[in-house]
This record gives sequence, structure tokens and C-alpha cells, in this order.
Amino acid sequence: MLSVDRISKSFRGLKAVSQASFDVPAGSIVALIGPNGAGKTTCFNMIAGVFPPDSGRILFQDSPIQHLRPDQVCVAGIGRTFQIVKPFAGLSVLDNVMVGGFLKEKTVSGARKISMEILGKLHLESKADLPASSLTLPDRKRLEVARALATRPRLLLLDEVMAGLRPTECDLIVQVFRELNRSDGLTILLIEHVMRAVMALAQNVVVLHHGEIIARGAPAAVVRDPAVLECYLGEETEV
Amino acid sequence: MTPRSRILLALLGAFLLALPWVVNPYLLSVATLILYLAYTGQAWNVMMGFAGQLSLGHSLYVGVGAYVSAAIFFHYGIGPWAGMWLSIALCVAIGAAIGFLAFRFGISGVYFALLTIAFSEFFRIGFDHLQWTGGSGGLFLKVAQRDQIDLGNFRGPPAMYYYAILSLTVSALIFCSFLLKSKAGYYWLAIRENEEAAQALGINTFRWKMLAVVISSAMTAVAGVFFAFYYNNLFPEQIFHISRSIEIILGPIIGGVGTLFGPILGAAVLTILADGITEILGALGWEIPGIKQVFYGIVMLLVIMFLPHGIWPPLARKFGLGK
Repeated sequence: MLSVDRISKSFRGLKAVSQASFDVPAGSIVALIGPNGAGKTTCFNMIAGVFPPDSGRILFQDSPIQHLRPDQVCVAGIGRTFQIVKPFAGLSVLDNVMVGGFLKEKTVSGARKISMEILGKLHLESKADLPASSLTLPDRKRLEVARALATRPRLLLLDEVMAGLRPTECDLIVQVFRELNRSDGLTILLIEHVMRAVMALAQNVVVLHHGEIIARGAPAAVVRDPAVLECYLGEETEV
Repeated sequence: MTPRSRILLALLGAFLLALPWVVNPYLLSVATLILYLAYTGQAWNVMMGFAGQLSLGHSLYVGVGAYVSAAIFFHYGIGPWAGMWLSIALCVAIGAAIGFLAFRFGISGVYFALLTIAFSEFFRIGFDHLQWTGGSGGLFLKVAQRDQIDLGNFRGPPAMYYYAILSLTVSALIFCSFLLKSKAGYYWLAIRENEEAAQALGINTFRWKMLAVVISSAMTAVAGVFFAFYYNNLFPEQIFHISRSIEIILGPIIGGVGTLFGPILGAAVLTILADGITEILGALGWEIPGIKQVFYGIVMLLVIMFLPHGIWPPLARKFGLGK
């Protein structure tokens, strides 16, 4: 569904991502992991159209999207969340989601209806009328997801939605994504530090380090890969 | 809308409709000024309150709107019903040009506000030298016959102008409440709150910000037409001056940016208090030039300190009224 083909990006000479390629097959859940500063969010931003790659191509459903604006990427069928949550603070929770809902629903009542459904899926329906600014961080993260889902994406990009959540909250949201993946056929690409969530969700893991892909494969295999262990824990030395 | 706000609205409507029959000409002119400021404030609010784009140059649209319809009436005898459309078209073109420059090249926030000031200053100086409209000497329309109503040319007694601006204000209120409840309203508020997030939800932010500018400048152009035919004299130094722009935005800021009744309430409170204070001081024999501006400053400070969202939101909450 999504095919990232040798994309690179430098910021003032610093190579943030170099020659990264990976695929996200339709219906799958793929995790992008790596230590801080590995270039994960840069990858995300290129896919989401925040800035174009310096070189390389990004294909979504076989058409190139690397030069589209963020709104065009969303219209093409890719929803995203932000690592640093960006709620519309002055609006109610429901109104936040409705803004996304208008992408596919032309009427106010239509947008309200699907937004309430989505809030239900994310266990936020009881907070629909509260201002978004009053939500706690875990709720804001879920709101971020709800808003992206309201645009009815075929591919959902999740940027560290589990960070800062307690294990029980994390399990709850993992359950939600599993359900969306299974029942709605939603394809998911997630950046995540919380390995608990990665192990539970992803069928495939791509590991970035210093902007390069150093490992890929099933989660259980990847976490035993020496190169991956090295980048997270440092080199093993004989004493 | 709550039943209570419906009743209050009906009472207010009846009061406003009956006003010309019960007050003296001076108070009627104050009421006309309040409604004029309420209307222009409402127009400005579409850009700033809804879409979050701060314009400090709305006098530009008042001025161009006023000058265009007044000049073609003056020179060719074409009445404002036709001239209005030319005013609107020109103001929309100017607004679109400013919006395009700013939004295309990522000028936002304070820099956008500066751009709007620059444009209104540019037009002030331009009209100062435009002989076709009398230059800095001003453009004068023949004062209306006070006892005859000539609707075709929009000439008549003060009460006619009062009713005209009253219907404009009411139409603007209905129009804005419709906008706010529509998809456009949701999109604008999203852009105002967080443009990046709005764009990530598939909103073409450039297009929607342009729409806000176009609607706001068109509405303000109509206020300019009213201004020209009500006051009958236009001077670039007056109508394009930045103090005019500030006068327009004070109402909504005091009343509540982004609310529907804020601009109306703000315009009423400010004008009544400012004129009241000037009157009282005058009656006491103190003629202090500039006291109105000092007073505006004090009210502004107090509102910002104690009611940062304006007067309307807390009032609306307390009495169970709508937006």
C-alpha cells in the first residue's frame, strides 16, 4: 500500500534520513523504531507531506505522493497523529473530531454522526462536549487518533501515541488499533518507543539508526538482532 | 439558542425597531454609530475571530468601499445600489491580493497584521493624491434632503440610515451564525486553533483563509458604502487612518473575539461609555481633547486583565445565553 523508496533528507548538511526504503503492505501493521534522533519523525513528515524528501520516491497505492502538501496527502487517504499533540484547544472534543469528519461527510449532521461513532471506539464519547483543553494527556492522545480516523484514512500514521501512557492505558489503545486493523482493514504505520506496544501490535518492524535502516523483520527476531541491541545498548565488550 | 436568549433577542429587536420614534436626533446618531461599529466589528471578526487572521488595516476596505461608490455617484450619478457592487468587487480584489501575498509566502501573525497596516497606509497616501476623488481636500456628497426619502439613491432622513444599518447588522449576525455552524466555521476555527493540525486533516488552509478574507472584505466594503452616504464627506486622512481600523477592532475585542454577540455588545458598551463620559465631562465644563482615546485605553486594559475573552462569554454563561 505504501512504498518508501530510497528517501533521503538532510537538514543543513546533517543527514537525518539516508536512502531509507521500506514497504507497508495493505492490511498490515508496521512499526518504525530506533533510538532518539534516528530519523523516524523525519520519515513520517516526508510521508505526510510536511516537507519533500531530497531524493527518492514515496508511493501510496502506486502513485507518487512525495510532492503533495499535507492536506493533499490526507485527501489521498493517509491520516496522521502528531508526536506533540496538537488539539484544537478552544473547541469541544466532538468539534475537534468533526473537523476531520468533514473530509468525507459534506453535512454537519453527517460529520457529527461519524465523529460520535469514532469517539465511541476510542472510549471518549462521555467527554464529547468538554473543551479539548480540559483533557488529560492520555485522552489528548486518543483525541489525536480519533481526529485522524474521522478523515476515514486507509493508512494511519501514529507518531508515539503510547508515550507517556500507563501500561493499562497502553494495552487499551493497543486493543483499539487491533480492532480497527481487523474489522476495518486499516493499515497502520507507527513510530513507537514503547516496546510493549510494538511487540503486541506490529507484524513487521523497521529499525532506523542515524537515518539508516539497520534491521527489519518480525518483532521477535528484530529485538535479538545484534545490530539493534548495539544501537540501543551500546557495543558489547569483553572484560 | 436557549428560550431565554430568544425572549431577550425579541425584546432587543423591538427596542431597536422603535428607537427612532422615541429618542432625539443626537441619540439616534449615537445608535447609528454603534450599529455601524457592530457591523464592521462583525465583518472583522470573520477574519480574526473565526479564521485567526489578524487584520489591523480594515479601514482600507471601509475607505475603498466608501470612495468607490461615492465617486461614481458624484461623477456619474450612479446610485449606491449599483455602486455597492463595484465597491465590493474592488475590496474583494484588494483583500484577495493581500491574502494571496501573505498566505502564499507564509506571512502570518504579527507580520500579517503589519502587511494589512502597510496596505491601508498605501491607500491612504494614494487617495491623498488621487484628484478624481478630490485628493486630500476630500470628496463631498450633496447633503440629503432630511424630509424626503430617495431609496434609489440612498438619500433621506437619519431614521432611514438607522434602519439601513440596523438591517445590515442583523443580516451580518444571521449570516455569521450560519457561517459558524457550517463546515466553513469548523474549518476556520480549526485553522485558528492550530493550522498544522488543520492541514493534516485534509484542509486546504490557503483556500479557507482566502475565503475568510474575501467575505470579511466584502462585508466591510458595504459598511464603507453606508459610511459615504451617511456622513457625505470623505477624507483620506480620516477614513483610511489606522485609528479607524483600531476603532473597528475594539468592539469585538472588548465584547469577545470569535463570538457572535461580542462585536455588537462591545461596540455598544464602548460607544455609550465613551460618549457618556465626554458628555458628562462637557457638562461639568471640562473639555479634554483625546479623553475618548484615554478611556478606550483604560477599558482595553481592564478587559485584557480581567476578562481576556471579552465581556460576552462570561455574561452568556451567567445568564444561560448562546454564543
